[in-house]
Amino acid sequence: MPNELFNSFMTGPDEDGRFGKFGGRFVSETLMPLILELEAQYENAKTDESFWAEMNDLWTHYVGRPSPLYHAERLTEHLGGAKIYMKRDELNHTGAHKINNVLGQIILARRMGKTRIIAETGAGQHGVATATVCAKFGLKCVVYMGAHDVERQAPNVFRMKLLGAEVVPVTSGRGTLKDAMNDALRDWVTNVRDTFYCIGTVAGPHPYPAMVRDFQSIIGKETKQQMMQAEGRYPDTIIAAIGGGSNAMGLFYPFLDDEGVDIIGVEAGGKGVNEKMEHCASLTGGRPGVLHGNRTYLLQDNDGQILEGFSISAGLDYPGIGPEHAWLHEIGRAKYVAITDAEALEAFQLCCEKEGIIPALEPSHALAYVAKIAPELPADHIICMNMCGRGDKDVFTVAKALGFGMSEAG
Amino acid sequence: MTRIARTFEALKAQNKKAFVSYIMAGDPDFETALEIMKGLPDAGVDVIELGLPFTDPMADGPTIQLAGQRALEGGMTLERTLETVRVFREDNDKTPIVLMGYYNPIYNCGVDQFLTKAKEAGVDGLIVVDLPPEEDSELCIPALAADIDFIRLATPTTDDERLPRVLQNTSGFVYYVSITGITGAAEAQAKDVAPEVARIKAATDLPIIVGFGINTAEKSKAIAEVADGAVVGSAIVSKIAAGDAPADVLTFVKNLADGAHQA
Repeated sequence: MPNELFNSFMTGPDEDGRFGKFGGRFVSETLMPLILELEAQYENAKTDESFWAEMNDLWTHYVGRPSPLYHAERLTEHLGGAKIYMKRDELNHTGAHKINNVLGQIILARRMGKTRIIAETGAGQHGVATATVCAKFGLKCVVYMGAHDVERQAPNVFRMKLLGAEVVPVTSGRGTLKDAMNDALRDWVTNVRDTFYCIGTVAGPHPYPAMVRDFQSIIGKETKQQMMQAEGRYPDTIIAAIGGGSNAMGLFYPFLDDEGVDIIGVEAGGKGVNEKMEHCASLTGGRPGVLHGNRTYLLQDNDGQILEGFSISAGLDYPGIGPEHAWLHEIGRAKYVAITDAEALEAFQLCCEKEGIIPALEPSHALAYVAKIAPELPADHIICMNMCGRGDKDVFTVAKALGFGMSEAG
Repeated sequence: MTRIARTFEALKAQNKKAFVSYIMAGDPDFETALEIMKGLPDAGVDVIELGLPFTDPMADGPTIQLAGQRALEGGMTLERTLETVRVFREDNDKTPIVLMGYYNPIYNCGVDQFLTKAKEAGVDGLIVVDLPPEEDSELCIPALAADIDFIRLATPTTDDERLPRVLQNTSGFVYYVSITGITGAAEAQAKDVAPEVARIKAATDLPIIVGFGINTAEKSKAIAEVADGAVVGSAIVSKIAAGDAPADVLTFVKNLADGAHQA
């Protein structure tokens, strides 16, 4: 069916690593040969059955895949409209979707003979996943984390240390996730021979956005199968939260060519998407620019200087977004909306009360949007949201926001 | 002939190596940076690299990053950086100026508009760290069409297979990055640099200037001896960061320039 192939949304990126005008390879010359080598190795692995056999084995026995697809009955009843399903990626080993991608990159790193793994992390979930897989394979692991995040995500810092990783608090720039990514790139440029940079989201220079998407696509592939089993059809709407956008891309990608499926990405609206820029909604409140190796939507000032994002969720606190999302936004295949901190906190509590699931603050954003639209939709409208992480790491933040006295030592 | 080509031709005629210095526009403030810049030619600087401040300088070490932050906090912008060039050109039509920075502020301004403004201001060349040959259509090709040199970085990871691609659209000179790493970090060793420069020289007629990790007159001389010149950035920026008066910064620069010129 050549005509269908021609119209596919799933053929990107092109050979220059572009999704439309987004993506690309905006890196220094020192790194260019490294990412070309990575691209060649990944292309090779992608069609190698033994690579996927190793992945599948670890996904099954180490991560606990497939993750369940769960009908959230009481939430559905409470909202009184659409039928709500959750893809339970928070049940993965290490408590989030991050490990899906880390496994793929670390297996690739081992095939390339790299012995030292570096990563950036915001909330710490990607750092913990990377430290975990490095421990499993006996690889040296260095995690760059903004000094501010080291403070607000102390439990994850300790987890990484227990797992044998070195956690480097980043104080350059403003000491946030984007600065952690800068410092990881600086490390890579310095240690080019033995080091593999394990990026945690669908951003960075080509081939990272495509590679991370492919590893995370297991989420969407399983969802399709499970949904067919449960309902005999695909959902009408799929919804996921977006910082860099890896859990969302993982859920969305296998559905891109399924016309009847509405796709909605939920950005972090912080205190509200306004001129004060106290949010992380790159698509809703930013414009195209070039940072960290790719062209995408960025929060930036009139001079092209990058602005800090703001969100109660450290995992969404990034001023950019994956280039494939930027493209899907511009061509209109996916719709992107913003949810504020307050709305996410409300959804967080609702999910605890109605479903007995403590969600991470990131998917609480997706859930908040579900809660917004579900009541207006008919009972035969199926929504599937990605419960991409569990909320253990966030209980201190939420307690503080709700005015509940609790000490981190307790 | 461009200012850059004229400068290297004149140096060659005198059998002299080039000394290239880097300062950040607007660091520590607009006026002081301009005063230092105006003094660079008399201190022996043959080519001036002027840093265009950016919030996220991924290839730079803390010294240059902090210089950029100081400049931005003082209200520096792309427009004000070009203003620095414009004012410098009022008294100096000879010394080439190469803007060095990252792509986003330029992309944000609009490539065509930026090139027009840069040309008018008196900019001779560009070094844009995050634009490898794979992205030449973005800025390199339009810059060459606008008669602005696009100076490329070659690095220790640029192997023989890749070198022709790196040199293809490069003009003005080639900037060889002496180490794998960030600015102001490891020390460059002349014995490691010499064979690399020879390798690149075999593939191009352009001058090869070596930078990263040069911080003393001795090192400046040693590196210039095995190349067509040396670049110093972080060491000079450190003096500015320490609050040295422009005259003292320029004395330090002169010392480094004398080193390179003795080679």
